[in-house]
Amino acid sequence: MSEIPAYLRNGYITPEELFKIIPKPSEERLRAKPVAVPECPQEIPCAPCREICPSGAISMPTPNDLPMVDYEKCIGCSLCVQICPGLAFFMVHYVGDRARITMPYELLPVPERGEEVVLLNRVGEPVGRGKVITVVPREKSKGDTPIITVEVPIELAWEVRAVKVERGE
Amino acid sequence: MRLTEHPVLRFDRGKEVTIYFRGQPVKAYEGETIATALHAAGIRVLNYSANEKRPRGLFCAIGKCSSCLMVVNGVPNVRTCITLVEDGMTVEPQHGKAKLPKGAKPPEFKNAKVVKADIVVIGGGPAGLMAAIHAADAGARVVLLDENPMLGGQLVKQTHKFFGKREQFAGVRGVEIAKILEDEARRRENVEIFLETSAVGIFQEGDEKLVLAVRDNRELIEFRGRAVIVATGAMEKMIPFENNDLPGIYGAGAIQTLMNTYGVKPGDRVLIVGAGNVGLILAYQLLQAGVEVKAIVEAMPKIGGYFVHAAKVRRLGIPILTGHTILRAEGREKVERAVVAQLDENWRPIPGTEKVFEVDVIALAVGLRPSIELLHQAGCQIKFVRELSGHVAVRDEWMETTVRGIFVAGDSAGIEEATTAMLEGKVAGIAAALRLGIADEDWLKEMEKAQKDLLEFRSGPFGRHVLEGIKKALAGGVSGE
Repeated sequence: MSEIPAYLRNGYITPEELFKIIPKPSEERLRAKPVAVPECPQEIPCAPCREICPSGAISMPTPNDLPMVDYEKCIGCSLCVQICPGLAFFMVHYVGDRARITMPYELLPVPERGEEVVLLNRVGEPVGRGKVITVVPREKSKGDTPIITVEVPIELAWEVRAVKVERGE
Repeated sequence: MRLTEHPVLRFDRGKEVTIYFRGQPVKAYEGETIATALHAAGIRVLNYSANEKRPRGLFCAIGKCSSCLMVVNGVPNVRTCITLVEDGMTVEPQHGKAKLPKGAKPPEFKNAKVVKADIVVIGGGPAGLMAAIHAADAGARVVLLDENPMLGGQLVKQTHKFFGKREQFAGVRGVEIAKILEDEARRRENVEIFLETSAVGIFQEGDEKLVLAVRDNRELIEFRGRAVIVATGAMEKMIPFENNDLPGIYGAGAIQTLMNTYGVKPGDRVLIVGAGNVGLILAYQLLQAGVEVKAIVEAMPKIGGYFVHAAKVRRLGIPILTGHTILRAEGREKVERAVVAQLDENWRPIPGTEKVFEVDVIALAVGLRPSIELLHQAGCQIKFVRELSGHVAVRDEWMETTVRGIFVAGDSAGIEEATTAMLEGKVAGIAAALRLGIADEDWLKEMEKAQKDLLEFRSGPFGRHVLEGIKKALAGGVSGE
């Protein structure tokens, strides 16, 4: 047996591990418009992201291959984030000194647009606070999953992958 | 304990009724099981073991493990996890082996109702429903029975979206797939459905297959057909540890049933044992229901399920402790604590690494094994195949077992996924109709397409393991590695 990858020991992947498997979008691309980044490092039989992508940006010769996004073809539409059954697709967009992270959110309560939420990293630790700038509710989602876009400090662009809604009584 | 809000599910409860536990009224809703109503009322101990008088509670919640047997309206050995409440019902904890009430007259098979069809499908989960739908479309008269009160098998409690391709329902939640398949089966005039009906034996009588069954714990029925498709699913495995029978220790599926089918919280704080897909998905579903998950422990040095399922619970703060196992459960009459420890490379707990979790629920997600009892009884050749998670029936590529006319599909043919169960069901349904000379040869192409889809689905690292197992199940011969 080959060595067990760290992400399978830990249950989370670090950006360093991730970018050994897929390329990191260029700074220029990240500033141009949102770009889809799959955190799907394991060969599993799953293809809805490729099937839904309207610009043919996701290549995956068989459902068991990894999704590879052609960042130049990606139009930043977020359909892959909405449909992905593994909730493993995110979009990242650099705007000034902020980054906008689009992610699935399947818990209650769904945050509201403009609401400040706690930013969580891949191990669930709070790393700051950010504002939700877009919400696509479940009924409008093409994948039955609500998605949200949250604005975070740019240095947290590759850390924040979840949020916690905290509403004081 | 009852859920009213959920990010994915809506709970439409039936009319309020009252059942009586030890003479005390318990509020219940029509359409829910006895065990569910008792659980919602905080009642965990359902019976006491025969010899040591140990308290026992719900474990599998799908009628397979007998951990929930109670005396209902005076009748013992009632599986309260699949028996629906009725207004005024009396329910008593059972003590060991209980006797039938004096003067009870069990029905006899000579008086049984007879139901005839071309194909009898046992099991209304993803495999059985797909088998019934396709056999019916191929021209067969089909009767389908399931011992649960609803169709859909384990799909009815899956809030996550399925993998695979979109034509195989990828991106659709399990609960939705269950509805789609149920609607498809119900709108076919040549599919007759019997719920709350347990098959208890398969026999050959002349040219006919005879499936004996019991409906609603009371009525005997003979199902007669020329082919039988066994799609009886799987049963949760158990692992040995101190106090592993304490009420509050559930199979993962039982928690899903309580929480996602009936909208009853299993408890407040949960430890999950096993980081395969079932354990990981369960953790996420518990979060969706607002239940705290303290940790997932996994004896293997790595996560066994899909990484993406691990990542989505990890980023919500649930620790996954690989290389750890549960040592014991503690508590009086129900779980109050779980003690876990780290394992060395020889799978022995490392002294000094014990951690105590204050939990009221321990979920065992330590794998499933195929439910093959009926196949075994019917005389099908059985073989142990590790990659398929237990004993399975030897079968051919048409899913036909070594007994002519008995087919198998889904988890009862080897533990895999609902997606493959559906495809296997399609293969078995068409194959049975072809074997009986009912389907014309165009159906062969449909079946071959399903076989091709199966092969494609199984072509990755997870599926290759299954393919190894299937090779063994196809080969027959003597059991061995």
